[in-house]
Amino acid sequence: MSDASSVIAAHSVPATPPDDGFAGRHLACRRGERLVFHGLDFTLPSGGALVLIGPNGSGKSSLLRIMAGLTPPFAGALSWNGVALREDRAAHRARLHFIGHADALKPVLSAQEMLGFWTRMRGGDADAVARALAQFGLGAAAELPCRYLSAGQKRRLALARLIASPAPLWLLDEPSTGLDSDGAAQLLAAIAAHRRGGGSIVLSTHAPLDLPDAAYLSLSEFRPSRSEAGGALA
Amino acid sequence: MSPFLLLVGRDLRLALRQGGDAAMVVAFFVLTVVLFPFGVGPEPELLQRIATGIIWVTALLASLLSLERLFQADFDDGSLEALALLPLPLEAQVLAKCLAHWLVSGLPLTVVAPLLGLLLHLDSAGYPILVLGMAIGTPVLSLLGAIGAALTLGARRGGVLLSLLVLPLYIPVLIFGVAAVEAQIAGFPSRPHLLLLAALLILALGLVPFAAAGALRQAVE
Repeated sequence: MSDASSVIAAHSVPATPPDDGFAGRHLACRRGERLVFHGLDFTLPSGGALVLIGPNGSGKSSLLRIMAGLTPPFAGALSWNGVALREDRAAHRARLHFIGHADALKPVLSAQEMLGFWTRMRGGDADAVARALAQFGLGAAAELPCRYLSAGQKRRLALARLIASPAPLWLLDEPSTGLDSDGAAQLLAAIAAHRRGGGSIVLSTHAPLDLPDAAYLSLSEFRPSRSEAGGALA
Repeated sequence: MSPFLLLVGRDLRLALRQGGDAAMVVAFFVLTVVLFPFGVGPEPELLQRIATGIIWVTALLASLLSLERLFQADFDDGSLEALALLPLPLEAQVLAKCLAHWLVSGLPLTVVAPLLGLLLHLDSAGYPILVLGMAIGTPVLSLLGAIGAALTLGARRGGVLLSLLVLPLYIPVLIFGVAAVEAQIAGFPSRPHLLLLAALLILALGLVPFAAAGALRQAVE
């Protein structure tokens, strides 16, 4: 799925941020003393999908965390519709959903209470919560405390946050982990509806997901050579 | 409901469902205070003289008990990342979590303190000031503790480290809390001590959210 034409090349994008969509320029990431990737550019128009691929440790999760604003990039800058993110972090937080590896669920709260909390913190209402639970096949489990949910159900509940409160940018770190085929289909349907509404999405995955018109970004192309890694940290 | 109150409500609900946290803090407080008459002897004059000090020192230790959990559970299950990405600023979230922590630790301690005063023959003039002082002082304990709890996230043996970090910061609260009661019993005005406690509270309310939120951002980075 990573044929050369669909991989965004490092130097084919202009240096100025585009006016439309989410973009990153010359991004570099350092974890500990190691430069994970550098010189990474990406552009994501509204309605677009960007799939991060690469071996373990190539920086997929790190890039998603940089995009979310959790980790500052070691170098480079991100922009949304031409405005640098570091100028308006609050606006960026309000427009994104980030679903990482952890499901952020409390064992003693019911599925409905848990989703209700995350949704109402973003201004959503009870109807949206019920719809999102139903859409991810959790209607029957709504009253169950999260400690009784299976791993796949917990994943579905975490993903239900995406549709319970709308946000134009979704950042998903291996979202299909633990999902059965029904769950994966529900996820793909949610992503398709999100993109039809002009939403954009970045996700990392190892399992092939059927995303039409998705751009692929191979992180291993931005791995520094040994001499560059040494030079950048010197 | 505002996001601030939603977060307070969630933390209260978690504390009540998981049970134990509030009850454990109060039980520790009562049991430890009850140990003192066994240790120093039951003479009413002696107990009366050290009653305020015992109650305040034990309250400090009891409020430390549940502090370790303030952010740790959210850190472990990934909630802290999700919280940090909510539109509600992390500074406001720190205040919300401190308020919830105070409601299940400082407030019960304040309510129980006069009963323990009775046990230790505390002079009757001291009771109103003891309660008032604890009502002003225990929120400072929750707030200062939040800095320690945020800084020690992810550290091994974080609970011990937390105590070492936070207990020295508790000293001013202890001094003015005890001094207010002692002054009242001795017939001096307690007002200056209470005002100083209130000043500590205002200072903590203004500074702690920024310090703790900074430490939390480091922790989720």
